[in-house]
Amino acid sequence: MDFGLTDEQEQLKSGARDFLANECSSAVVRKVMAEESGLAPELYKKIAELGWTGMIIPEEFGGLGLGMLDLAVLLEECGYAAMPGPFAFSAGIAASALKLGGSPQQCQRWLPGLAAGSVTGTVAMVEESDSLDPADITLSAARDGSGFVLNGVKLFVPYAHAADFMVVAARINPGPDGLDFFLVEGGASGVTSRIMRNVDQTRRICEVKFDGVKLAQDARLPNRAELLDRLIDAGAVIMAADCLGGSERALEMAVEYSKVREQFGRPIGSFQALQHLAAELIAAIEPARSLLWYAAYAQDAGLEDASRAASMAKARLSAVYSRTADQSVLMHGGIGFTWEHDIHLWFKRARFDDPFFGDPVFHRERVAVLSGY
Amino acid sequence: MDLNLTPEEEAYREQVRAWLANNRPVALHQRGVVDGKTWVERAKDWQRRLYEGGLLALSWPREYGGQALDPMRQAIVSEELARANVGGVVGGNAIGMLGPTLITWGTEEQKRRYLPKILTGEEIWCQGYSEPGAGSDLASLRTRAELQGDEFVVNGQKVWTSGAHIADMMFGLVRTNPDAPKHKGISYLLIDMKSPGITVRPLVQMNGEADFCEVFFDNVRVPRANLVGELNEGWKVANTTMVHERNWLGASPQRLFDKLMERARQQRRRGVPMTSDPLFRHRLVDMQIDVEAMRLHALRLLSNAIHKRQGGVENMVAKLVGTELHHRMALTAMDMLGDYGTLARGEQSALDRGVWSATWFGSIARMFGGGTSEIQKNVIAERGLGMPKSR
Repeated sequence: MDFGLTDEQEQLKSGARDFLANECSSAVVRKVMAEESGLAPELYKKIAELGWTGMIIPEEFGGLGLGMLDLAVLLEECGYAAMPGPFAFSAGIAASALKLGGSPQQCQRWLPGLAAGSVTGTVAMVEESDSLDPADITLSAARDGSGFVLNGVKLFVPYAHAADFMVVAARINPGPDGLDFFLVEGGASGVTSRIMRNVDQTRRICEVKFDGVKLAQDARLPNRAELLDRLIDAGAVIMAADCLGGSERALEMAVEYSKVREQFGRPIGSFQALQHLAAELIAAIEPARSLLWYAAYAQDAGLEDASRAASMAKARLSAVYSRTADQSVLMHGGIGFTWEHDIHLWFKRARFDDPFFGDPVFHRERVAVLSGY
Repeated sequence: MDLNLTPEEEAYREQVRAWLANNRPVALHQRGVVDGKTWVERAKDWQRRLYEGGLLALSWPREYGGQALDPMRQAIVSEELARANVGGVVGGNAIGMLGPTLITWGTEEQKRRYLPKILTGEEIWCQGYSEPGAGSDLASLRTRAELQGDEFVVNGQKVWTSGAHIADMMFGLVRTNPDAPKHKGISYLLIDMKSPGITVRPLVQMNGEADFCEVFFDNVRVPRANLVGELNEGWKVANTTMVHERNWLGASPQRLFDKLMERARQQRRRGVPMTSDPLFRHRLVDMQIDVEAMRLHALRLLSNAIHKRQGGVENMVAKLVGTELHHRMALTAMDMLGDYGTLARGEQSALDRGVWSATWFGSIARMFGGGTSEIQKNVIAERGLGMPKSR
């Protein structure tokens, strides 16, 4: 029994921390924030060379064939650095969608490129209702000869403006038949993406309109049963890992500031009002790390409670990150409210992460249902 | 990450489970005399049986009554004891805190003299730390011990001393040098509670029971051989005890949560069970997540111990988080129960035999006993996060 990271995972983590400290400083993050595309292509090329983009892609498709825990370890560091760009959404969530739901041909078509970092993909799930409840996913995929035609609008789709492909959740028949998932190539006729202005400028999300988009029969993912749930599991762990790293960083910044900022003739970090606040935050972060590790491991090991573990991790880490980031800004006082100080990068990223792939209320309800409440 | 047990460990678990299925304590939830034996006698009997069954302090060295087994076996036993719901043992404080301290700091003679009887329950211990003027600021303690020849002469008073009225021995802190800075003049002594000059006065607690006591020392003579560690170095020794105390008190509240869920499923408001009431449903899930986090967190700390990894601030949070969670669970139960929550133990209409009000009282004691939550936060901030000292 060992509830902990392997030596390889520890090395992966410390290697990622060092790499991102050099290659993804806040100056780099701010430069990407200011660009329209928000893609950070040079950085993406470098992380692809390190193998990050192929982390969870099977070796037969050019990846490293590692697991969610390995990916979570990396994503924690990406959260710590507030790394911009599509990495988590493409190499994490879109790769999972293909792995879990795609045919061998579909996997062969896209996974090697994802692993090499030469293409990116994304997943289009929620609509105007902003809901992951299958009943709220209504985008139409009407039969059209042997193929399909998509009509409708998706919202909050990460990096759709630059994606080479999208996995789109849609319905062939209205009603309770269940969802289907389709592969749509970037630039397909009838698809228009518009970047939605959002507060977290380290991320880009899009409104994607599907206006009579014609798809061939083989665009449909064959393994659709439970795919939505499995994708929620993967997405929850992926986002929770970002939350963990971001929480750590925000608190670290606040604690470091409290050691140097003096008031009443002493460092403000010597005041118990701030000490106790910081202690409460770290006392929430560390057990939540244990939840995340277990949730990732449960997916890798195919444990029965993998869905519940994923929802527990996301419910808790969403809330932990939001609270930690809020309080860390407050510990800075006025300087924390300036554009110049970096803390607002994590403050805003926390708010993006909180609802994405399910907010705490959604995941608590999922835990309740899975626990037979 | 690997949560599988080896076949040997699985077999061991089965063996422990089978033992616990065949051995049950006698009426430990009842105070007073049962079958001609007092509660203390019955509790000691049970501890002795557990010890003889090989279920106590598995990791202690063999020569002092342990089995020198790895922490994983200890964890399996702890889990099975919790699952069997047999409650704690009367000598739990000595096994959990004093034993590890003596193994680290004690002389060979002290280890041989005291450790085996801690395990068998032949000697029950109490912890003599707090004083009327020394609570959170424990190092300001004033109980004086003067060395006269081969003996210390102890004068002063301890308070909130749990179990002093049933204890055979006390492990305590005394001031041996009043002129040194406060942390430098303290020694760690083992004191026979039958010594002349000791007076124990139980204090009635808010729950009506009398487990914690005042202890008065009037020229109590303690052999120098009962000093643990060096003279005036008792604070260092006490720190070992406190680390073990934090872990001991922060144990997983899974069992309490299970009971809370049972109650929530039965308890109805406007015709629906509490598990379907929108407010309570989410409060319950929130605590379920915290209970699971603490369970996994304990596995993580256990793994650090097994694989000899140092760890950092994660080692300091269990007492704070575990006791606050315990309190939230008790409060949730009280909130669910409404007027029924106000019924005392023994009232015929009380639900679950009135256990929830008792749990609520107990949850308060957990949060200050063994270092208040505020002191825990000081330690986490200063030692865990490296924030500047507040004093």
